[in-house]
Amino acid sequence: MEFLIGIIGKDFVLVAADTTAVISINIFKVDEDKSRDLNKHIIMLYSGEPGDAVNFAEYIQRNVRFYGIKNGIELNPKAAATFTRRELAQSLRSRKPYSVNVLIAGYDITKTTPHLYWIDYLGTSVEAPYVAHGYGAYYTTSFLDKHHHPDLTFEEAKILIKKCIDEIKHRLILNLPEFKIKVVDKDGIREVVI
Amino acid sequence: MPDPGSYNGGAVVAMTGKNCVAIASDKRIGIQMQTIGFEFSKVFPVTDKSYVGLPGLATDTQTLYANMYKLREEREIEPRTLSNMIASTLYEKRWGPFFVEPLVAGLDKNNQPFICGMDSIGCSTETCDFVVGGTSQENLYGICENEPEDLFETISQSLLCAVDRDCLAGWGAVVHVITPERVITRTLKARMD
Repeated sequence: MEFLIGIIGKDFVLVAADTTAVISINIFKVDEDKSRDLNKHIIMLYSGEPGDAVNFAEYIQRNVRFYGIKNGIELNPKAAATFTRRELAQSLRSRKPYSVNVLIAGYDITKTTPHLYWIDYLGTSVEAPYVAHGYGAYYTTSFLDKHHHPDLTFEEAKILIKKCIDEIKHRLILNLPEFKIKVVDKDGIREVVI
Repeated sequence: MPDPGSYNGGAVVAMTGKNCVAIASDKRIGIQMQTIGFEFSKVFPVTDKSYVGLPGLATDTQTLYANMYKLREEREIEPRTLSNMIASTLYEKRWGPFFVEPLVAGLDKNNQPFICGMDSIGCSTETCDFVVGGTSQENLYGICENEPEDLFETISQSLLCAVDRDCLAGWGAVVHVITPERVITRTLKARMD
């Protein structure tokens, strides 16, 4: 029922998540931030079973932060995604698996490249230029197939993500009124208002 | 979740030639009918002359490949030994298997071709002509029953024909031809629908 999306641009990644906190049929909250900053240049968006999701996200966040403190060098986006994938894959075959889907968006400061990883609760990790989790993915991936290109500027990306969100508000039966949009680039993670 | 073997889709095929082998896979990754990505090859190098293909549930493809990322022996593993190692790794999980059907292709120390396929619990079959795996298995069996003239052309056309009739596989392909001197890797354009 939740929706996460990420789009890679020329030198940044633009991500968005809906902000509704739903338990059963009840909307508890409409300004929930479904993201955690893993370090200065990596952000993780998460969706899934409410308890699991926050717990898992913060577990990953603290481990990635700890790695940076312990070794004096931060994990790059690929390493953070591989670590997250492995945790989910190990959890899958445990007594109580996490049912959490995540997107990991980051900017690799050494290679100066943006990266975006789609990871589901099974531990399937896919790197792709544009990805989405949730029912909204049915509309947005086909839309982005047509409109996305590798040299996307920030302004173009903002327009695309706005159109994706509008499409969801328009077509999807679910009520997702608010979205939180963030960008990751060489300067770090910032919220974007559209 | 329905059948884990066809949840993500994919096709892998390996063939022998004269003093060479080839292994190829498609590049699609999806969740049942929904395509997520199209740069997801299921074939990985293990040594210079041995490759492994891991079609099946993508999470297990990645887990199993990560397991053999580095073999801690200071010598090259023979493809036959590699397939035995994979088979016993799979059988360790006899009652909760990794949902992959590995194919191994390589040249042994005498540069003789070796290919084999196995099921998700490591029951392996060595063949002398070709092995197939993944959701396009049946299609591949049909098309591979011919005489290989030029190995690259044969394996490429076989794979493309098979995945074009399978909606869970396709979206580009990658072919590795392993010869005693070098490995020739080529990516193929395919129907993107």
